[in-house]
Amino acid sequence: MTTAGEARVTGGTGFAHYADPMVPRRYAIRRVRQDTRDTFTLLLDPVDGEPLTFRAGQFTMLHAFGVGEVPISISGDPRAVTSNASPAPLEHTIRNVGAVTRALVHAEPGTEVGVRGPFGTSWDVTDATGNDVVFVTGGIGLAPLRPAILEVIAERDRYGKVLLLYGSRTPDDILCGAEMRRWADLNDVNVQMTVDNAPYGYKGKVGFVTELIARAGFQPRRSYAFVCGPGPMMLAAATALTARGVPDARVRLSMERSMKCGIGLCGHCQLRELFICVDGPVLDFARVKPLMTVREL
Amino acid sequence: MDDIRILDPADIGTLIAELRRRGYRVVGPTRRGDAIVTGEIRSVSDLPHNVGDTQGPATYRLTEREDSALFGFAAPAQSTKPVFFPANEVVWRGRRDHEQGGHFTVERDTPDASAVALLGVRSCDLRAVQIHDRVLAARDYKDAHFTARRDGTLVIAVACGEPADTCFCASMGTGPRPAATNHETGHPAYDLLLTEVVTTEVLYAEAIDEASHHFVVEIGTAAGREIADAIEAKPGTGRDQARAIEVTDAAAARQTRRIDRKSVHDVLRVSAESPRWEDVASRCLACTNCTMVCPTCFCTTVSDVSDLTGENAERHRVWDSCFSAEFSYVHGGPTRESTKARYRQWITHKLSSWEDQFGMLGCVGCGRCITWCPAGIDITEEAAALGRMSGLGSTASAAMT
Repeated sequence: MTTAGEARVTGGTGFAHYADPMVPRRYAIRRVRQDTRDTFTLLLDPVDGEPLTFRAGQFTMLHAFGVGEVPISISGDPRAVTSNASPAPLEHTIRNVGAVTRALVHAEPGTEVGVRGPFGTSWDVTDATGNDVVFVTGGIGLAPLRPAILEVIAERDRYGKVLLLYGSRTPDDILCGAEMRRWADLNDVNVQMTVDNAPYGYKGKVGFVTELIARAGFQPRRSYAFVCGPGPMMLAAATALTARGVPDARVRLSMERSMKCGIGLCGHCQLRELFICVDGPVLDFARVKPLMTVREL
Repeated sequence: MDDIRILDPADIGTLIAELRRRGYRVVGPTRRGDAIVTGEIRSVSDLPHNVGDTQGPATYRLTEREDSALFGFAAPAQSTKPVFFPANEVVWRGRRDHEQGGHFTVERDTPDASAVALLGVRSCDLRAVQIHDRVLAARDYKDAHFTARRDGTLVIAVACGEPADTCFCASMGTGPRPAATNHETGHPAYDLLLTEVVTTEVLYAEAIDEASHHFVVEIGTAAGREIADAIEAKPGTGRDQARAIEVTDAAAARQTRRIDRKSVHDVLRVSAESPRWEDVASRCLACTNCTMVCPTCFCTTVSDVSDLTGENAERHRVWDSCFSAEFSYVHGGPTRESTKARYRQWITHKLSSWEDQFGMLGCVGCGRCITWCPAGIDITEEAAALGRMSGLGSTASAAMT
């Protein structure tokens, strides 16, 4: 170990000499926007003024002081954060389901939160240039896909057909309904929505989002698909997409696992040989198919 | 470096004093109650004298020796893991100011990170440190605390002459005699290597010196040589080195457990749906002992500790285990609900997916998981059973168990 000839301790080396990706940067809450019954979007500004650049699909570790930290995908526009005119706030869309998320959604504007990241892989939607693009998602799964959808819309003429197949538990749980209608009306996105359960008199489609895939209008062999949702939904969607002829390697999924560090060190997010936080969260179906079909892997 | 020296037992005290004089915190095996643990070594009296051990599945007992051996035991109850990777440490401290609308400050700890001299580290545990170097300090993101603590470590390894029944380092290629270089990095594995030769029967009067209790010292680095020179270690010969190799060859030959490391990666790869998991889960208590004593297990979690005012908080990183229900928890429940899924994760990671991740196996053959499992579950036996059931394992794998 000591490779130099100097077998003597020279000077104390404190931890401060080593950059620690476990230490967060501080962000101030600009606003907490309620999107649905249990879903909220946090709009954050960096305290040091230095914007966080990210790629669509990446996540951060959000820290509520004294409570804990959770991995959350960034839901904003990757290009808007660094805009010179007036940088957009960093956006995260979260469901109020645990201690940390509860603390975050109830925080007053101005409260500081910790942010580490961005971490993980990207949707890399530009790979789909010249092809049809199919987004398949449901519920809050739209949030991690939104940056990718915004990237496609920003250069809409570089892609063929663009479809957004969106499922929701009930009509009240639909996220970004108005925005999805704008994408349909102004950006030539074929938006199809379905709900699992509908009240009496509901005029829209009822059923699982994966059922929309079979009849959706796209050319399977000239398509890329981007899927985000719970594990069983993603497996069903990927199976339906590949059954129609979309190659396994062109179906990308955003995987979810327990994460404590976001940087491949804590071990929690392992899926056999994958560290979902650094090898993912976005992975192609060819890679994860054998891992998704074994229970409790 | 074919430079052989000889130390008498009394010289070990001189060595410790010299290391301390140079500013090292000397860390090595020491007796605490009825176990050998890893602790600070201030003088030779902190090393276990005349202590041996008996280890077996779910069994660990210290025994008395009469040969004055200082390293006469097998894998200590505790590996060197906590030296560079403590079980609980503060990642950062925060202070929140309520007056200023939830503004907070972050402070990093700067504890004493003075360089460590690992004295008497076994081949298995030395390999485990190399594995942690790869896992924690040679990737895109590095563990800052591990890297800081690991900086400038001096290694005085001990070749193992006393394997326990639970040891299987020979089959893993990790011991009992450590390789002089880390074959992944090409760096020297140790600065000095000691082999303890205890008193043996004297056949010829002229062989008395060779037979009495002494240490054969092999030099691994210039730094090691400097220290050997400083304590005026007597010169040795190739014959002394041959004697040292005899000690470890005999230790390797005494090991009865083994894992077939050539086939084990593929065996685990194809065994995800094996009926063996039900069998082992019926014995496994999911107590996490194996992961706590394992010298390579590196999983951690974080916990936030705040005071009553809520203004001061510490973020702790603590060892975690893939055997706990919380480990894989995402909203809705744990990904690995059953014990069989957790055992499968642990052994598959050690013996298969670790290789895919890091190009090396995650097991060094120290046998601690066997010794400290309250149910006596034996990783070599489970690997052999999976090998048999998958049809991919070497038949030799099972022979000894």
